[in-house]
Amino acid sequence: MQDINIKITDRNGETHEVVAPTDMAMNLMEVVRSYELAEEGTIGICGGMAMCASCQCYVKSNHELPEMTDDEDAMLAEAFNVEDNSRLGCQIQMTPEMDGLEVELAPES
Amino acid sequence: MIQTDILIIGAGPTGLFTVFEAGLLKLKCHLIDALPQPGGQCSEIYPKKPIYDIPAYPEILAGDLTHKLMEQIKQFEPGFTLGERADTIDKQDDGTFIVTTNKGTKHHAKVVAIAGGLGSFEPRKPLISNIADFEDKGVEYIIKEPELYRDKKVVISGGGDSALDWAIFLSDVASEVTLIHRRNEFRGALDSVEKAQELKNLGKINIITPAEVKGIIGTDKVTGVAVEKKGEDAFIIDTDHFIPLFGLSPKLGPIGNWGLEIEKNAIKVNNALDYQTNIPGIYAIGDVNTYPGKLKLILCGFHEATLMCQSAYKRIFPDKKYVMKYTTVGGVQGFDGTKKEAPKAVVKAIQ
Repeated sequence: MQDINIKITDRNGETHEVVAPTDMAMNLMEVVRSYELAEEGTIGICGGMAMCASCQCYVKSNHELPEMTDDEDAMLAEAFNVEDNSRLGCQIQMTPEMDGLEVELAPES
Repeated sequence: MIQTDILIIGAGPTGLFTVFEAGLLKLKCHLIDALPQPGGQCSEIYPKKPIYDIPAYPEILAGDLTHKLMEQIKQFEPGFTLGERADTIDKQDDGTFIVTTNKGTKHHAKVVAIAGGLGSFEPRKPLISNIADFEDKGVEYIIKEPELYRDKKVVISGGGDSALDWAIFLSDVASEVTLIHRRNEFRGALDSVEKAQELKNLGKINIITPAEVKGIIGTDKVTGVAVEKKGEDAFIIDTDHFIPLFGLSPKLGPIGNWGLEIEKNAIKVNNALDYQTNIPGIYAIGDVNTYPGKLKLILCGFHEATLMCQSAYKRIFPDKKYVMKYTTVGGVQGFDGTKKEAPKAVVKAIQ
């Protein structure tokens, strides 16, 4: 399985180019945690069930992303700092199609 | 003042199982939790979700895990202080502790076990610049006393169950109820959504969507809110109360100021020994602690609780001899007079 390259801008505005595996069923929130790009305890609070919005991010590239589930959509309807390009990182799986993905982490709230 | 051997802060799975392990050592436990019910995240965030890595349970719903833990510990008669947050801790000269909650309830314990998970659940506050100025002056994040809203004008924002259910409930209490949500769709139990629709048709609830409250109007108390509907100019709704209901999120909170060593938003413990913190007599177990290789798993919390109780016993009874006994051998003797034990085989000649 191939690794993919993604660009993640952290909450301090610093951009990190990281390599993510596509064969470990990882999602974007977990990639952020594995590289410690957001303080532990401030991201992935619900563990990745789309039940908090601590992994909210803004998608900057034009990738075709997996369609939003009702859970994600409803969570974003109640989150803060939501923009049109907001997604929950835990709902974006690391697949070969995500190569080159560029995202920015939403502020902690 | 509430007296106990082990004061457990946090009534999630780790905190609840601590009661069992402590009970085997004849130590009494009392639990404090900011939520109104035991279970922690398992009952607050995902009661209907399955867990697959509890040993011997191929699959169990988080809510059911809580019920089973409550059943498992009931003979040890744990005390509960629910709906209150542990705020301060004072170490006494004799090495015991007094923990006081935000409501002033005092607990005196020989040992404190923090099993606080990700922290206490606090309401999520919307990003409105002057909202803090109006807290308890017309802005409430939790409805504690519905009578407060009798014959008053109320604006609720949010799109989930609690926003819907309170809008419905208060439509019979308040003089005017307005529900504001960023989307046209509400997420809630079908009954609640239909009831809200019915009350809207009857003119008992005003529903404004898709819209957001952007500002609060008032001098020393709320007199109105500024509402922005997508694509339109902001307008003002006169109101006595603004109740934002955007769910709860966990915050480490006051425990962070107890002088404990904190790393990565968690409490550092000695995992080589007994999960004690840098303050002797205060332990941290479950998701709230950190050490090299830490995994935030319920099953790890159970293990940590078990070792912690043995250490707590030695701290409380430094001179008393004890060795761990299997429940299969010793049974489980409750504080309520019950005893569970393995059935005895009979010795009888067969003629």
